Amino acid sequence: MDFWTGLLQAMLQTALSPVTAAFVIAAIGLNIHFGFTGLMNIGQAGFMLVGGYGFVISVMNGVGLFPALLISMAASAAFALLLGIPTVKLRGDYLAIVTIGAAEILRMTARLAGLSHITGGPSGIQSTRFREQFNALSPLPEGRTTFLGLDYFNTGVDDWWSRIVAWAFVGLFLLITWLLIRSPWGRVLKGIREDEDAVRSLGKSPFSYKLQALIIGGVMGGFGGIIMSLPATINPDGMSRATTFNLWMILLLGGAATILGPLLGAILFFVVRLVITSVASQYVPASILNAQQAEILAWILIGFMLMLLVIFRPQGILGNKKELAFND
Amino acid sequence: MRTPALALLALILGFFALSFQALPAQAADCTPDATTGCVQGIIKSTTGEPVVGAALELTGKGAKQQTTTDDNGRWVFPVTSAGSYTVTLDVDTLPEGQFAKSTTERTVQATLFQSMSALFPLTDDPAAAASPGGGSEAPDSGASDDADEGTDGGTEATPETKPSASNSFSWPRFWQQAASGLRMGLLLALGAVGLSLVFGTTGLSNFAHAEMLSLGGILAFLSMQITGNIWVSGVIVVAVMAAVGWFQDAVLWKPLRKKRLSLTQMMIVSIGFSIVLQNIFQFFFGANILRIDPSTPKTVTLLGVTLTVQSYIAMGIALVAIIAVALVMKYTRFGRATRAVADNRPLAEASGIDVDRVIRSVWTVGVALAGLSGMLLGLVLNGIAWNTGWHYLLLLFAAVILGGIGTTFGAIVGAMIIGLVIEMANIWLPGDLKHAAALLILIVVLLVRPQGLFGRKERIG
Amino acid sequence: MTSYPYDRAALRASLAGLEQRPGVAKPDPILVADNVVRRFGGMTAVDVDHLEVQRGAITALIGPNGAGKTTFFNLLTGFDRPTPATGRERASWSFEGRSFSRTSATRVARSGMIRTFQLTKALTRMSVLDNMLIGAANQPGENLFVGLVRPLWAKRERENVERAEELLRRFKLDKKRDDMAGGLSGGQKKLLEMARALMSNPSMIMLDEPMAGVNPALTQSLLEHIESLRDEGTTVLFVEHDMHMVRHISDWVVVMAQGKIIAEGLPEDVMGSRAVIDAYLGAHHDQDLGDVINTEMMRTIEAEIEEEAR
Repeated sequence: MDFWTGLLQAMLQTALSPVTAAFVIAAIGLNIHFGFTGLMNIGQAGFMLVGGYGFVISVMNGVGLFPALLISMAASAAFALLLGIPTVKLRGDYLAIVTIGAAEILRMTARLAGLSHITGGPSGIQSTRFREQFNALSPLPEGRTTFLGLDYFNTGVDDWWSRIVAWAFVGLFLLITWLLIRSPWGRVLKGIREDEDAVRSLGKSPFSYKLQALIIGGVMGGFGGIIMSLPATINPDGMSRATTFNLWMILLLGGAATILGPLLGAILFFVVRLVITSVASQYVPASILNAQQAEILAWILIGFMLMLLVIFRPQGILGNKKELAFND
Repeated sequence: MRTPALALLALILGFFALSFQALPAQAADCTPDATTGCVQGIIKSTTGEPVVGAALELTGKGAKQQTTTDDNGRWVFPVTSAGSYTVTLDVDTLPEGQFAKSTTERTVQATLFQSMSALFPLTDDPAAAASPGGGSEAPDSGASDDADEGTDGGTEATPETKPSASNSFSWPRFWQQAASGLRMGLLLALGAVGLSLVFGTTGLSNFAHAEMLSLGGILAFLSMQITGNIWVSGVIVVAVMAAVGWFQDAVLWKPLRKKRLSLTQMMIVSIGFSIVLQNIFQFFFGANILRIDPSTPKTVTLLGVTLTVQSYIAMGIALVAIIAVALVMKYTRFGRATRAVADNRPLAEASGIDVDRVIRSVWTVGVALAGLSGMLLGLVLNGIAWNTGWHYLLLLFAAVILGGIGTTFGAIVGAMIIGLVIEMANIWLPGDLKHAAALLILIVVLLVRPQGLFGRKERIG
Repeated sequence: MTSYPYDRAALRASLAGLEQRPGVAKPDPILVADNVVRRFGGMTAVDVDHLEVQRGAITALIGPNGAGKTTFFNLLTGFDRPTPATGRERASWSFEGRSFSRTSATRVARSGMIRTFQLTKALTRMSVLDNMLIGAANQPGENLFVGLVRPLWAKRERENVERAEELLRRFKLDKKRDDMAGGLSGGQKKLLEMARALMSNPSMIMLDEPMAGVNPALTQSLLEHIESLRDEGTTVLFVEHDMHMVRHISDWVVVMAQGKIIAEGLPEDVMGSRAVIDAYLGAHHDQDLGDVINTEMMRTIEAEIEEEAR
């Protein structure tokens, strides 16, 4: 019985974790890219890395919190332009190849020992080293709070303050997405996803709209990186291709081209994964399946699920088959 | 409706069955995620050799774990809750004449979702050895490594590609790198032809193609274990990989084409397939580098360039295979049919070419070549790992796009250029960043001439 | 809407006075094209020295299959680029006095020359109304930042919805307003595309085979729509095979064959001219059956490629 109450507790903890929020935010960005515009970005982790490191390094160099946010956004936007300008006029695959490659290269660069005085190398930068100003903004009193059985410091490292900010950003980005998608701007995006030439023949420039979408989604990805770095550390391997694949899984699970798909997808993804691994480790003896093997099996399952989702239910849970993100 | 899924399952089970004779997984790997954090490091002796079998212990959060370093000197502890952990190195398990330099104990602040590294530098000077227990607090960063760099470890194991120190230009080094580039180019070309042909005939950007390289290398490793003869193994690899290609198309891709999946969907399916394959490899072989040929590589110096015997042989085989492919594409009926399908599929169909058969053959040949490429790569790098292919994916795509996507000749030329450029770039760039050179080429090509060197413009829009 | 004092009789009269030869100057050209050449490999698909299109008239561009009509259309609207010609003057064209020699499809459309496609490009997974609204050129909410603030674009949106509904009524699509465009019939998609093109009040509309794939019942109403467009002052250029319908509604006919303009003139005169008969009958006269089948085949193939590319 203890195991199950513990599991429920852990599920709630996972659902509310700032890391989950970070994934939701990055998935919202990916949704703008893929779901609404049809851009194949398979390097969202690269945007997270650019945004996250842009923020952390700026803060650590003492530019202040808000200028650091601006720098981070500018960095994500520049990254989007760098990858987008050569590719968005071409077939979708080119953007895919370039983004996946660039994201890996960025990660390797951030890991370089020679840059570790800036990036912290493979182990990254502890959040205690850049959170001071962020913590100073916290209106919460000192001490700890227990809420729904979860107990964290109000303000500290893995704290309520990061959770509040993280989920506030989720709300903000969901709102922005909703506002954008119901606007005529969003209509043009969907038009581009449907048929670029038709939109071109009506006097809109798909190139410009695609770049705008790439930038917006990329900046959201960057915010995902910032949020991800707040609770503990920012480190290159936390934003690897595994992260990108998780984001795709989240998006396709929840439903691409829906507003709430990323939110539902992320919570579901992490909670289900937690349940499976906990139950497996509880009931399957370690001699048959140890923790690492379980982890690898989980990845096999994820890959398999991704394939099945795309083949059999490309609209995800929330999606409407009539308004599918995939072109035929 | 159900056929593709069942077929997929069968395919995957097939891979399992195929790999069951493999070594027990050594579990020297850990992927950080929402419920796991990794504490890890690599221990290398003062001569740069990995230290095998050193014992470490992790304590903290009421838990206690023990491990030993694997063949690559790597150790890793997965932790399931965040907090402070202490890693202790058992100095008695170090090789003769090696001592822990500054500390035998590291305290690591572990967090879920992250990899933390702890460094245990060694010394051969007993006077500088640390007394057990005394140690500094925060872990140094630096010499740690994660599983993804497995292949680079393999690269370093070969004598001719020493870890590159930047800014050390010299003519001998230049020629050495040029030779490595030529070698890389030839091996890439083998892999790129299949990628390009599949794209040309079906329009699919196959992200799982890189895993065909890994699979080829792993199969070579397995058949070497069984037969002990590299030539026999080579034949087995090519034959089995051809079968893998044939089945892959038969049970996965053809049903999906029949189901009229869009190319975008197919591409995501190929990404999912790539994840599945990589993790299957990892499940059975762990993060180990599999040495196809366990003997110590001999080197030969020709014209001032030192390469292993395996490298020369691999280059020879690759060259022969590439020339054969080029001749087949140019002069045989199959080659003409393939080009016709790639050129204009409906027209080819209308003029009586059995397009499905051509595509099936393209998959068979393409995957067989990729397997051969993977095996040769494994020989040249002196090892293959679950993610070796992944490391070459970007290079393969860069080669194919540079040459002109969908063309055989273009893929070969593109691969040669990419191979040369990345190895030459290695003179100035740190090893990990040679991929950046490939990406840079890719971006410039897309900006200036998106159809590639030999491609047609109509294909890309 | 570009108001053009329309007097069809006067227009016809002025056209009737023109010399009927390729490249003849028009009294009031809205579009002038020079040296437009496009080669695919070794084949010259389009090679037009000079063409003027009369403002306010319905001009038909006809010719046998493979004459390069659609390619010429694509070149005029910026969907294709002319082959850089060596040893001759660079391609250039002007629309309402503005030069277009290097302009993107987007800019061409924005300057008031809207085209439709032979294979309709309805935005299939968007509603019919959204399809219409995307055609409007004056919606400030299509700017990213304006789009975020609804009050800045809501009024224009209401006006556009009204205009869209009016057009949908005119094209008898008002009942389909909220349906997904993908669910319409082929003919309805053609109508939708034409209605969508009109959302921005273009001064010239270019229709690529508006009758292809439309059932006979709709053909008549399509013809009427095209005529009423002209009567409201919009210049129409359309590509068509069907001679009968060309004769019925066009004011001026341009004939292309093998990439060149071989004849121009009034419909009643040009249709009977020797060159045109040769061009059309030539396809059956001089060629053997195999070639004819090939052309037919190429056509289906082209259609399929288009379909696939979508």
